[in-house]
Amino acid sequence: MSPDLVKFLFGRLTWDAIPFHEPILLATFAVVALGGVAVLGLLTYYKAWGYLWREWLTSVDHKKIGVMYIILAIVMLLRGFADALMMRAQQAIAFGDHAGYLPPHHYDQIFTAHGVIMIFFVAMPLVTGLMNLVVPLQIGARDVAFPFLNNFSFWMTVGGAVTVMLSLFVGEFARTGWLAYPPLSNLAYSPDVGVDYYIWALQVAGVGTTLSGINLIVTIIKMRAPGLSLMKMPVFTWTSLCTNVLIVATFPILTATLALLTADRYLYTNFFTNDFGGNPMMYVNLIWIWGHPEVYILILPAFGVFSEVVSTFCGKRLFGYSSMVYATVVITILSYLVWLHHFFTMGSGASVNSFFGITTMIISIPTGAKIFNWLFTMYRGRIRFETPMLWTVGFMVTFVIGGMTGVLLAVPPADFVLHNSLFLIAHFHNVIIGGVVFGMFAGINYWFPKAFGFKLNSFWGKVSFWCWLVGFWVAFAPLYVLGLMGVTRRLNHFEDPSLQIWFVIAAIGAVIILFGILAFLVQIIVSIRDREALRDVTGDPWGGRTLEWATSSPPPAYNFAFTPVIHQIDAWWDMKQRGYERPTSGFIPIHMPANTGAGVVLAGISTVLGFAMIWHIWWLAALSFVALIASTIVHTFNFKRDYYIPAEEVVRVEDERTQALRSLA
Amino acid sequence: MTAADTHAPGAHEGHGHDAGHGSLKDYVIGFVLAVILTAIPFWLVMGHVLPTAQMTAVAVMGLAVIQVLVHMIYFLHMNSRSEGGWTLLALMFTLILVVITLSGSLWVMHNLNTHMMPVTAHDMQQMP
Repeated sequence: MSPDLVKFLFGRLTWDAIPFHEPILLATFAVVALGGVAVLGLLTYYKAWGYLWREWLTSVDHKKIGVMYIILAIVMLLRGFADALMMRAQQAIAFGDHAGYLPPHHYDQIFTAHGVIMIFFVAMPLVTGLMNLVVPLQIGARDVAFPFLNNFSFWMTVGGAVTVMLSLFVGEFARTGWLAYPPLSNLAYSPDVGVDYYIWALQVAGVGTTLSGINLIVTIIKMRAPGLSLMKMPVFTWTSLCTNVLIVATFPILTATLALLTADRYLYTNFFTNDFGGNPMMYVNLIWIWGHPEVYILILPAFGVFSEVVSTFCGKRLFGYSSMVYATVVITILSYLVWLHHFFTMGSGASVNSFFGITTMIISIPTGAKIFNWLFTMYRGRIRFETPMLWTVGFMVTFVIGGMTGVLLAVPPADFVLHNSLFLIAHFHNVIIGGVVFGMFAGINYWFPKAFGFKLNSFWGKVSFWCWLVGFWVAFAPLYVLGLMGVTRRLNHFEDPSLQIWFVIAAIGAVIILFGILAFLVQIIVSIRDREALRDVTGDPWGGRTLEWATSSPPPAYNFAFTPVIHQIDAWWDMKQRGYERPTSGFIPIHMPANTGAGVVLAGISTVLGFAMIWHIWWLAALSFVALIASTIVHTFNFKRDYYIPAEEVVRVEDERTQALRSLA
Repeated sequence: MTAADTHAPGAHEGHGHDAGHGSLKDYVIGFVLAVILTAIPFWLVMGHVLPTAQMTAVAVMGLAVIQVLVHMIYFLHMNSRSEGGWTLLALMFTLILVVITLSGSLWVMHNLNTHMMPVTAHDMQQMP
């Protein structure tokens, strides 16, 4: 074939893009490929493809989509954590004459991928997954407002994750840090595909995130059970509402900012270049207008989980429900007023810096109010230290310290010393691991029995918790020390041998966290093995207070045979107090949304579109764009959107539950 | 207490349409206003009606804001009552965020430009 034809067909994709010369990547690829073949083989052997396609991949059931989000997050956690281990190993050995085992070219991709994956493809899917699973149950709804959109959102997130993973084996990932600041991310300094992988992965996943935000807002506003006024909603639903408002308000800013960067890279515009009137500082400004609310998008649902867990495991109503709601709303608004604290050192004057320093410190007030509310809920409560409660107590201790180092960084003069140092790294891992990750593990342990009908093994849960808690402190306390000594972030090699001991300790901490992750996986496997012993027939294994515990575990496809009527905060607790009797007759057919494969198809085409744009394969980009529009139009002519679950089916399911409950009594 | 008190059969059917769809008169008023508000900027720009280009730009932007309001009232049927006040609340929230983002960015970038960009674009190109 002529070179021109090859270039037309494959754009800039050549055999050089496959990393044959990097043994680490080749070995990783071999493991992933073998694992993938094994999984596909097992699926084929057990003839599970049809089941998987019909019951899961095309499902519009919010519970199944929530579970799939969490599975995606756990898979990506393994990738992101492997990156973390590699960085810790490199920094522990690369001193003086020893260059370590990762060349800078590779190392820079690893810290970028670590940040991008952990935020966008671990934390976000965990949060979205839990919200999907729990919110409709907590408000007594049958599904979310737009069930197909929910499925589509999930697959777009998967599309973004696939794009990032692809960069491992085809080409390379960005070497810019997780926010891809220009001018480094501009064409002049990053001419290869790395930044393009970054841009298209985030744009594809961003569509999913924005749509899922809209979906959950509408669900919470429009689909609450009768009687469930806003100030009676469970706190997790409240924090979900605020989180999704933040998503809808800020993700368009990310999309627009990345679109401008895309224009700089593809159309040779000069929005963020150094010359021709461009201004890279504008990118930093815009990306943080999205980026700061983003961290509250992650932490608010975790606050919601802790609120549910604390009141359930202390057997008390949550202390200060209204103040909790107001604190959440205040944090939502304030999170828009602090973005400049991420670039105090970029050169704005004292007036600007002091304004944003003060607004940042003000956020700690509503956050502190929340901490006190949880403490007062525990005060004189009958605390049961089950696994979710352990995560909650671990969070309260860890997060308060992380919050206090955050207030230190909010003081602009202090920030001039600590900016870009390992102190900052230690701070944000302290709040994201201690807040979001602990919260999500608390949530998974708490709601797992609701999703699957059996509890998680508590021994391995506790092992996992203690490894994470101890491992976190061993890994990040040395980083605080190093940061105070002036060590900056993202370094591949160090000259001063006296620093080495701290990095070795940090690496040991990372290994302890690894045991925490492994213990979590063991916990799931052991629990599946012992599921009969851990079975919960009641649907209310913890003595719950909110509506999701009123239905069976796992809930039927329709969640509630009759939509419940709400009279009180802690609706299920109230129903139990008033001698609630489960209805056992009078069932009617239930109107439900039908599954569709359109989400998989559309997201698949979008991923191909992203890949074609990354490699400049213009014919494929044009083709997939047309295919995307065409598939969307074809889907609008799909009139099989809904179906009725016949009354006999409802009667059968509900009778089964009646029998099960009777055998218990 | 019986099951009948705690459950509202068919409560999930509550897809209310309280947004209203507007009358023909509303649409005509909206359309005429939109046309007028589009024609004036063209006239301002093409006829050089105002003394300076800057004044023209400000006038065009002012008319654009009015245009947005016309669209929201006559075509999107927004008022304080539609969807139980939620559309108005969402609009106010959006406005607050837009104001924060725009005014904040202008303030921040003006500061940064004054402190960090003492040179003109022309000087930059002469730099090594």
